[in-house]
Amino acid sequence: MGASLTKQQGQSLYEVMVRIREFEEQSIVIYGQGLTPGRVHPYIGEEAVAAGACAALGAADKIVSTHRGGGHLVARGADLHKVFAEFMGRATGYCSGKGGPMHFGIPELGLLCTNGIVGSGITVAAGAALAAQLERTGQVVMCFFGDGAANTGSFHEGLNLAAVWKVPAVFVCENNAYAETMPFERAFAIKDIAVRATGYGMPGVIVDGNDVEAVWKAATEAVTRARDGGGPSLIEAKTYRISGHFHGESPHYRSQEEIDAWKQKDPIERYGKQLIRDAACSQDELNKMREAAKEEMTRAIQLAQADPFPSLDTLATQVRLPLAWEVAP
Amino acid sequence: MTMREITYAEAIREALAEEMARDSRVFLMGEDVGVYGGVFTATKGLLERFGPNQVRDTPISEAAIAGAAVGMALMGMRPVADIMYGDFTTIAMDQIVNNAAKMRYMFDGRVKVPMVLRTQGGSGRGNGAQHSQSLEAWFAHVPGLVVIQPSTPYDAKGLMKSAIRDDNPVVFIEHKLLYFSKGMVPDTEYTVPIGKADVKRTGADVTVIATQWMVPRALQAAEALESGGISAEVIDPRTLRPLDEETILESVRKSGKVLVVHEAVTFGGIGAEIAATIMDKAFDSLDAPVMRLGGVDAPIPYSAPLEKAAVPSTDQIRDAVLRLVRG
Repeated sequence: MGASLTKQQGQSLYEVMVRIREFEEQSIVIYGQGLTPGRVHPYIGEEAVAAGACAALGAADKIVSTHRGGGHLVARGADLHKVFAEFMGRATGYCSGKGGPMHFGIPELGLLCTNGIVGSGITVAAGAALAAQLERTGQVVMCFFGDGAANTGSFHEGLNLAAVWKVPAVFVCENNAYAETMPFERAFAIKDIAVRATGYGMPGVIVDGNDVEAVWKAATEAVTRARDGGGPSLIEAKTYRISGHFHGESPHYRSQEEIDAWKQKDPIERYGKQLIRDAACSQDELNKMREAAKEEMTRAIQLAQADPFPSLDTLATQVRLPLAWEVAP
Repeated sequence: MTMREITYAEAIREALAEEMARDSRVFLMGEDVGVYGGVFTATKGLLERFGPNQVRDTPISEAAIAGAAVGMALMGMRPVADIMYGDFTTIAMDQIVNNAAKMRYMFDGRVKVPMVLRTQGGSGRGNGAQHSQSLEAWFAHVPGLVVIQPSTPYDAKGLMKSAIRDDNPVVFIEHKLLYFSKGMVPDTEYTVPIGKADVKRTGADVTVIATQWMVPRALQAAEALESGGISAEVIDPRTLRPLDEETILESVRKSGKVLVVHEAVTFGGIGAEIAATIMDKAFDSLDAPVMRLGGVDAPIPYSAPLEKAAVPSTDQIRDAVLRLVRG
């Protein structure tokens, strides 16, 4: 693998990660302030996966995400004012307040959908990749899901279909050690989800999900293979969900020692040190990025908070499109 | 207009072929739809004619068939996902209910999901409880889905063409006993509008609203009643969602007496919705309570006499009308 990152690309990966972190920290704050009607599912600790994997994609490529989709939204360049507005259920949100934190579809970002049903996006991604293959668009579809989703029927059906038709898809399993509150060890009789790829006839790789460059390299290889007609791949990014399944949950199902041990492996701190060591960045520059991200979130939240709620007139709009005769003159 | 006689299965096949020829984005996938040609022959010859870029056999993966259709539709294609038996839609339900039906609403109109989920239901072939159900009311209950249940070759062809061209997710439910029934269709291009009922027989004394396999039975019952001096109007809604209330209410206002007949179990069936709609909107026209006749409250049994007794017969429809008319 000859791919390597330029100094600017390295800085950009770091910047995306700190923006995700700040986004998630702030989403917890607004949840605590009662500004979100529903729960939030933070991505804290997993930032390197979204940042590294999305950096391997082009603007025309598509992604499918999950209920824990904040990282992917930030990495795809979402307007955070519109994201926070959606979290707060405002009319100016990406989905006008109808979707909420778990249900985004943003065509202009290539985000086909996030999904509140664990595993449900996997078959959707397989179909989208089939469409790209049939229409010869050259697009790749990257599908994110967690370790929990790897135990659903959709995972099995979706990966098999993608493999048998050799569609241009990249399946990124964010193994964050817990399916809601269920630890990996109690849900799997195997050590690595990546081995399942063999059962579908596609390459499967394990990558350190807290090493953003390693994720980027694995994703770049898989995206290139998909684009070149080599079919789908499975990447298992081993990481850890520092946040709860949702913010405000009871934490009794895991130990603080375990969480603290993973905090020592923080992907952002780790990559910051690497950038400084490689003379790609100074500590001052990193601090500035963090400050800029904080300010960006504060501004976005202020804007969103001032936005109106949707009109009740929109309650039952966009349920279905008019039929042919309903629109005929 | 020149007409010719074809079967319901041929009607479906013609509709699929015409739409695939018209639009290369139309893509049919499902179990045994390609090489085998469909278990009821409805897709015979389509793979040979259109090739694997438009017709494709899938593994036995109903969730993937439906989910892939959602993904293709989001990408601008027009997939037709074939679920061999209506009973198997249970495995695809997450995709149909949580994704196909809701995405347009959840994303407030920023996407459309133009897909058709073709399946078939109904009893009568000794297939037992897991291959004979009538689950149409499940789909009709979900906002965002269009639900179609044609009973004739003419309607099947015209509605399938409309369904493929429609930008909504459409659940298109065929009936296993109708595939080899025959009917007249035009030689030339035509479509049947979604959301429009059809008056299959006009009559003045009583309105019988029937779906799918119950339509031919209701028509036979109406013939028998005619000889006894009772004139029955038979309406086939054809589309359950959106329901053509106007055609139904117009008939009710004329007759004042209504029987709703379907093969699905009575409790929670589409007949309950139709009856409630009539009572909401035409109560003053009613001379008697709306009567419902549906399948017995049990799974479809295997044994032939039991299976036959599980769904309304022509005689039961006739007798129900007599009770309704004579009070």
